[in-house]
Amino acid sequence: MPFDAANLFPILPEIAILVTASVVLVLDLYLKEKDKDINHTLTLIGLLVAIGLTGAVGGGDARVVFDGNVVRDGLTDLLRGAILVVSLLAFVYARPWLKDRGLFVGEFYVLGLFAILGMLIMVSANSFLTIYLGLELQALSLYALVAFDRDSKKGAEAAMKYFVLGALGSGMLLYGVSMIYGATGSIEFGPVAQAVAEQGMDNKVLVFGVVFLVIGVGFKFGAVPFHMWVPDIYEGAPTPAVLLLGSAPKIAAFALAIRMLVDGLEAIQPDWQGMLLILAVLSMGLGNLVAIAQTNIKRMLAYSTISHVGFIFLGLLAGSAQGYASAMFYAIVYAVMSTGAFGILLILSRKGFDAENLDDLKGLNDRDSWYAAMMALVMFSMAGVPPTVGFMAKLLVLESVVRIDLVWLALVAVAFSIIGAFYYLRVVKVIYFDKPDPDMPVLTTSGGVRFAMSLNGLSLLALGLFPATLLSWCQSVFV
Amino acid sequence: MIELWNALPVVIQILIKIIAIVLPLLGMVAYYTLAERKVIGYIQVRIGPNRVGWRGSLQPIADAVKLMMKEIVIPTKADKVLFLLAPMIAIAPALAAWAVFPFDEGLVLADINAGLLYLLALTSLGVYGIIIAGWASNSKYALLGAMRSAAQIVAYEIAMGFALVGVLVAAGSLNLGAIVAAQEGNLLTWFWLPLLPLFGVYLISGIAETNRAPFDVAEGESEIVAGFHVEYSGMAFAVFFLAEYANMILISALSALLFMGGWLSPFPQAWIEGIAILGDGFHWLLLKTFFFMFVFLWLRATFPRYRYDQIMRLGWKVFIPITIVWILVVALAVLAELPPWWSA
Amino acid sequence: MGFEKFLFYVFATITLVAAGMVITRRNPVHAVLYLVLAFISSAALWILLEAEFLGIVLVLVYVGAVMVLFLFVVMMLDVDIATLRAGFIRYLPIGALIAVVLALEIFLIVGPANFGLQQFPAPAPAAPGVSNTEELGLLLYTLYVYPFEIAAVILLVAIVAAIRLTLRRRSDTKYMDPAQQVRVKKGPDRIRIVKMPSERAAVPAVAASAAPQESTE
Repeated sequence: MPFDAANLFPILPEIAILVTASVVLVLDLYLKEKDKDINHTLTLIGLLVAIGLTGAVGGGDARVVFDGNVVRDGLTDLLRGAILVVSLLAFVYARPWLKDRGLFVGEFYVLGLFAILGMLIMVSANSFLTIYLGLELQALSLYALVAFDRDSKKGAEAAMKYFVLGALGSGMLLYGVSMIYGATGSIEFGPVAQAVAEQGMDNKVLVFGVVFLVIGVGFKFGAVPFHMWVPDIYEGAPTPAVLLLGSAPKIAAFALAIRMLVDGLEAIQPDWQGMLLILAVLSMGLGNLVAIAQTNIKRMLAYSTISHVGFIFLGLLAGSAQGYASAMFYAIVYAVMSTGAFGILLILSRKGFDAENLDDLKGLNDRDSWYAAMMALVMFSMAGVPPTVGFMAKLLVLESVVRIDLVWLALVAVAFSIIGAFYYLRVVKVIYFDKPDPDMPVLTTSGGVRFAMSLNGLSLLALGLFPATLLSWCQSVFV
Repeated sequence: MIELWNALPVVIQILIKIIAIVLPLLGMVAYYTLAERKVIGYIQVRIGPNRVGWRGSLQPIADAVKLMMKEIVIPTKADKVLFLLAPMIAIAPALAAWAVFPFDEGLVLADINAGLLYLLALTSLGVYGIIIAGWASNSKYALLGAMRSAAQIVAYEIAMGFALVGVLVAAGSLNLGAIVAAQEGNLLTWFWLPLLPLFGVYLISGIAETNRAPFDVAEGESEIVAGFHVEYSGMAFAVFFLAEYANMILISALSALLFMGGWLSPFPQAWIEGIAILGDGFHWLLLKTFFFMFVFLWLRATFPRYRYDQIMRLGWKVFIPITIVWILVVALAVLAELPPWWSA
Repeated sequence: MGFEKFLFYVFATITLVAAGMVITRRNPVHAVLYLVLAFISSAALWILLEAEFLGIVLVLVYVGAVMVLFLFVVMMLDVDIATLRAGFIRYLPIGALIAVVLALEIFLIVGPANFGLQQFPAPAPAAPGVSNTEELGLLLYTLYVYPFEIAAVILLVAIVAAIRLTLRRRSDTKYMDPAQQVRVKKGPDRIRIVKMPSERAAVPAVAASAAPQESTE
């Protein structure tokens, strides 16, 4: 069959990222040490172009191209945009850190861009094969980014753990997919959904496959009891790598869950609802409780991630359009919050010093009151304090759970988030009421970083006050 | 006669065919060693072996008898099983590869579709004999030789594979018979001309794959004594020797087949009307193979050994880029139906 | 029992035995060699399934290249099996339990009940003229071109990542660049003639001692 060039339009953002990555890869060979900033500029330009293209090719009816391997619909557009914007912020925050440590090399940008490419492929996948390949592309790039600082033993250990457990998760996922293929005879979401609707729960092979699939999704999200890798990796990996893997990949993981469980297997929703319920309750519980005991802030944020994953699952398991939309809202908001939190850690770090412990935040208000305010906003938002957007996100998720008559679950979630509020507010206390060490140097940051952080922090407030636009976008995806 | 042949069970038929291929091959190997010593001798203005038989013509037989009589010494602490298995692993692929080799139109033991792939797969197995020998000997020279050989063969296998991809693109088939048929015409329609860079890469990679001079760092007698087979003696050593020469003959024959038109006659059909001996036939293949076999010896007598890092550079940084670019060129030429090779 | 079936059982047995040996051999080199054997016999099984392209490529790629590098590395390593197995007994019960449960589940599901000939009848054998390679190529470059390209990008990432994580210039080693060396030309690159003024002070002494000798000869 002749190739139709129109196939290429819906994947123009992916093509832009791929081209940027390739150009940076080759150009880096010829750049002198002092010109490495060009890599950074090129990456940002590439991301901006991709954002523009996402807008240009977005909108309108869903379109399936490449013989059913790719789909471009509302979900694709919105998640693509969110991933690209969040990653843009991440690259801006990361630059000073990398420069201070002699890691300001082209490969960081190349691997980061390839990870983003993997995420974009995941959100636009329309078959198990494509989504799996996107996942692997993202994961492989992130493994390498975790080990990016070759002289750090902790980094190497974290990368090893991430790699082994990531491979295990992928294996589970792949095994589940193979079972589903055996039961339905297809790997494309449309035909799978049809076959599943016909067979329902009777097919044991299908149920078996779904179990493995949910386990795989749990691994990729880092939900309890598949969370073992999360804290060690957040703690051991270089902070820019954590920034990249803790933010946008959550959006991609959400796409993974939506595409596979909803697009492919919605007919057996009651089946995976129960499994997600267990994962959600355990994640919220363990994440919030263990986070209290942490003094290392990267580790604390890791456990907080786990608890937030629980909340995302609450929206997913509701099984209603409203639930999916609220989970999507939550995933996007979480990515923005997490970028902000790790961004602040990067800003506080300097040559020869990594801000890792709660004590490192002491008296941030006295050192730089604007960043202190931004960090406070992020923490309030993570805790779910109104009027920040975190409150809206939690509220929406809880509403969707209540609507399916799981009031007890909503109560459990509220209880855990109150427990969780303790450790977020402790950070705020440290920032405002503790005195800084007298020998702390003055915080110096570039205008770009300050601008990005202001944008990041204030957006949490703005979205909290005016959530309607983003929310209506999320809701328009699932109708 | 035909009835009698057809009445035999298939297995016996195949066995007879195998013997018909392997026996002449082993004979060729034996006399190739003599040819090597003679050719190199003349190139170096010596006479070469001339004591056993008429002008040394029985030398290979004498060598064979001598090697068979010798004791196989197994070093202490060597891995006995692997030590004895290694020479067999080395020679098996060198012989098995001939299964898909067409000697004339339709004259082939197994006419399979993926013949070229099969050859590539089998030639890539030969390295195991060397690595296992090097490791099982429990000797540092042997291990060094094995390591050198493994790295070298993996590097050159890629270049060789890409060169064959070029042939595959040009011929549009993996079947060796079809590849020869695609070169039909005369000397200038053979693939050596449009694929000249690939031909060069293939030939040089072939020399490297067989661990022959100037790429014989795996043996490197002046550096690591005799490399991977330093501990071998008697028949075990002889088998390695046989494998090396059988591989050289295979590479020569494949070069003739893939790039020089195999059994096709170099003359245009119109010129040789009625002269049977100048028409297509097995003798042309033999002649071309002999030529490449001579090139192997010629190179050995001419060039000093490459340094190891230079070998690696040549393989990875020179050959692989050349082949990748030329595959693209060939693909474009095929698409453009460039005459006289691909005119429809 | 047909000849094909006989061959199937032969190769299947070899594969299973070899696979068992891979995880039980103490010597890592032996384990790798058994893995090679397992690969080769599974390639034979694939060929029995009329997937000759995949079978040959398995040998070519895994046996011919990947396992050679494996062997290369394993031979260089000095693996201490004792420390590797230190926690073995302690973790054995829970590991064995999970393995048994998983295996049981898999046997229950992936059995003839769900994947038997009734659900999945044997496909008709391919016509003699069908080329496996061509069919696969057609599918890969039309229907699955997008996943195929993504796979290519994944391989590129693997290369970039591997080089980033391993390539480092040590300051204490002396490098030579063969690319520069082979570009050396006859003439100025190889030999440099340096013109120096002769040293006046030394001349009289040499001349004085050399001159009489010459005259005597």
